[in-house]
Amino acid sequence: MELTTVWFALIAVLWIGYFTLEGFDFGVGMLVPVLARNDVERRVMYNSVGPLWDGNEVWLLVAGGATFAAFPEWYATLFSGFYLPLLLILLALIVRNLAFEYRAKNESPGWQRGWDRCLVIGSFVPALLWGVAFANITAGVPIDAHKEFTGTLFTLLNPFGLLGGLVTVLLFATHGAMFIALKTDGDIRHRAGALALRLGLAAAVAAVAFMVWAQARTGTASSAVAFVLAALALVSALAAAWKGREGWAFAGTFSTIGLAVAGLFLALFPDVMPSSTATAFSLTTTNAAATSYTLTVMTWVAVIFTPIVLVYQGWSYWVFRKRIASHHIPILTAPVAPPVPVTGK
Amino acid sequence: MDVTDIARWQFGIITVYHFLFVPITIGLSGIVAVFQTTWVRTGKQEYLRLTKFFGKLFLINFAIGVVTGIVQEFQFGMNWSDYSRFVGDVFGAPLAIEGLLAFFLESTFLGLWIFGWGKLPKKVHVATIWAVHLGTLFSSFFILAANSWMQHPVGYRYNPTTGRAELTDFWAVMFNKVQLVTFPHVVLAAYMTGGAFVLGVAGYLHLKNRNSADDSALYLKAVRIGAAITLAAGLGVAISGDFQGKVMTQVQPMKMAAAEALYNTEKPASFSIFTWGTPDGKTEKFAIKVPKLLSFLATGSVNGRVEGINQLRAEYTAKYGQDPGTKYYSPDGYVPIIPVTYWSFRFMIGLGVFAATGAALILLVTRNGGRPNGRWWPRLAVLLPIAVVLASSWGWLFTEMGRQPWAVFGLMTTAHAVSPSVSATEAWISVISLTTLYAVLAVIEFGLMWRYIKAGAPAYEEPADPHDATDDTPLAFAY
Ligand code: HDD
Ligand code: HEM
Ligand code: HEM
Repeated sequence: MELTTVWFALIAVLWIGYFTLEGFDFGVGMLVPVLARNDVERRVMYNSVGPLWDGNEVWLLVAGGATFAAFPEWYATLFSGFYLPLLLILLALIVRNLAFEYRAKNESPGWQRGWDRCLVIGSFVPALLWGVAFANITAGVPIDAHKEFTGTLFTLLNPFGLLGGLVTVLLFATHGAMFIALKTDGDIRHRAGALALRLGLAAAVAAVAFMVWAQARTGTASSAVAFVLAALALVSALAAAWKGREGWAFAGTFSTIGLAVAGLFLALFPDVMPSSTATAFSLTTTNAAATSYTLTVMTWVAVIFTPIVLVYQGWSYWVFRKRIASHHIPILTAPVAPPVPVTGK
Repeated sequence: MDVTDIARWQFGIITVYHFLFVPITIGLSGIVAVFQTTWVRTGKQEYLRLTKFFGKLFLINFAIGVVTGIVQEFQFGMNWSDYSRFVGDVFGAPLAIEGLLAFFLESTFLGLWIFGWGKLPKKVHVATIWAVHLGTLFSSFFILAANSWMQHPVGYRYNPTTGRAELTDFWAVMFNKVQLVTFPHVVLAAYMTGGAFVLGVAGYLHLKNRNSADDSALYLKAVRIGAAITLAAGLGVAISGDFQGKVMTQVQPMKMAAAEALYNTEKPASFSIFTWGTPDGKTEKFAIKVPKLLSFLATGSVNGRVEGINQLRAEYTAKYGQDPGTKYYSPDGYVPIIPVTYWSFRFMIGLGVFAATGAALILLVTRNGGRPNGRWWPRLAVLLPIAVVLASSWGWLFTEMGRQPWAVFGLMTTAHAVSPSVSATEAWISVISLTTLYAVLAVIEFGLMWRYIKAGAPAYEEPADPHDATDDTPLAFAY
């Protein structure tokens, strides 16, 4: 296989890793106001992803860095072209990350409500915009002979793109609810299970519509297989959720997201960013790629270090495998300055 | 302002802001790891208190380091897409490797460290903070390799067909001679920052708790540890900086001339304490100088020849003016803004010398277990971390602005690096929204830091034994 194809596949894997992992913590973030009935339950939700969300996010950073290294032209066109949506994603990720880190550092209800809002908005905005972005990448956007994006923000807000955004929001929310059902205990676990079912039905309708449309627009035989498997995985996830098999249900939405992203990448190949202006202007795995020397270096690095990363990330998931319930949450005690001792002068 | 100016302002603001937090993260993660190791080895309670206290402050700081870093990663593609196309083949690799080797390590093990109290066995737990520290060092190494390549491109060839720089020797890029002097300089500056941070915080708390024997002894110990690190790392920074100066004279002679406002070639050259020139940067009007010192700093010999701005300008114009690659650069004005390079170089060194001297003085007055009552020294201590952080910022301003007008030295000017498809409106929206958000974050972060510093080190608490934990044990730490 060509190295450029290998790297196309590796970048697909990085995005699959990002969406399947950060997908559930986006879902947990969006559902905080829906699922939690009181402050302790809100904290149960925060802590269910507490040790995991940061490691999940690094998948995005590596996907970005690997695109820069392996397909510099793709990185340049995509990130300068989708400028404003990306800026919104960055702003959202900033406030969301700080909500995790800072919410519990002060007991004031106003402070906590503010960070809760940041978490919800900061999870919803990227969940929506990543879907819009990926739908547009697969469908093709206006790109000129110099590989420059010539559209505007509104070019991206077309029906297909917006449907893509709706699908990611619903799928991530379902995935998040499945995760809460799997990872928590008590009342909230059952509420999450019930919500996951309802959300999952809505997600299934939207996702099937989107995949059929994507397949009709740019699909190939292999993408059709991936989309059909994704739909089957979602149906089995819902069946498992209905029977209360939380582990299987979560594995089901995990596979759904992974397969759907794989389907989009298969529909894309061998383009990486098709041009809707003229096919000749499309960015492909060959005309956007780095030299084979760079790709060889990168392949060695990936072959040696990816297994190590997978082992320790897996270990961290293992360490934090236990369910969390309200009684595990310690009372919040942000620090208070001790009274200054009376000076003995 | 055109898109290039806006993008430059954004890069400057966003990156300097990132680097206010970065050196604290690098330095403090190492110091906290040392505190915790000492506690595990000796069982001394005070080291657990220090671990927990500085660990909290480290986390508050780390959070901002992470979120501002995410912007950095995407900024190249968003604002500097022509740059990304031109250098991606060389420059992308260190960035991707940084993510794979460093960011995964930092974030995963930090999660394990934060939530691992009372859950992981003590020795495994202390290993997780060391893994985080190692991650910060990896991160520095790869990102500085990328930056050093911009200062002194090596291990590449210019391919006229694709119109871009292409990697030919990965190891040459990793062990660029600029990288070999920059990495120690920046990492030592980070340890200096971490040390000064501990010194400043503990100095303040020592003053505040001087009537409580236990606590003031604890903080005094931290003061001395912080001061010793500041001083030792400060010496290392000066030595590595001296090496950097020599390498810089070889690879970017214009930067050295601009740092010194040396208008005409001298042999031997004197070091300027103060130089005032005409605004066009062509002639010197007034100067106070130390004979032969610059020759020594720049070349290692007291009689070495140091090129001046005017001669170099002519040389650069001759060399780069007719190059076929002029597509990537504007063939004139090879001189950076002299007052900026001149003063930023002096502020960096001056603030660093001030901090190292201050730390030495504090070590002196607190020697032999002495407990000086004077209030001047804790007040001095509080100034030192501020001085060191500012020294780093000035160092970067010097390095990056001294490289101008080049984005990649000798290959591509900054004006050619910017994204053609981004409009001025978009660039404005970006710089204004990011700067506003960063300003708000600064207020929040300093507020939190201040609250936690004022509260002081938490009282000693016997840490829970992981073996006693049942399914119902509450989390030792929770968001
Ligand atoms: C000398 C060190 C150094 C320098 C020059 C830079 N950084 Fe940085 N960066 C770090 C040292 C560091 C760090 C110490 O490793 C941080 C600070 C907080 C953290 O989590 O890691 C970090 C965080 C950090 C993150 C977040 C990582 C995470 O989520 O865990 C990103 C994406 C970047 N950086 C990217 C950059 C880019 C693209 C830079 C150049 C323009 C840059 N950094 C300059
Ligand atoms: C790998 C690390 C870095 C890379 C690749 C890098 C790259 C760049 C680029 C592409 C520019 C834009 C061109 C320009 O306007 O000068 C720039 C400018 C700048 N960078 Fe860096 N930089 C790095 C690290 C840093 C750090 C850590 C700092 C400081 C904290 C910094 C400070 C600046 C400043 C202040 C400018 C603006 C200079 C000006 O506008 O004249 N850089 N750098
Ligand atoms: C005697 C003291 C010092 C000397 C001789 C010195 C020398 C230098 C030189 C020559 C450069 C520019 C390298 C280049 O552009 O190629 C530099 C950059 C820098 N300095 Fe210093 N420096 C000193 C003190 C400090 C201190 C105290 C700090 C901060 C704590 C500091 C932080 C930096 C940083 C962050 C940079 C930019 C990154 C780099 O290129 O290394 N320096 N220094």
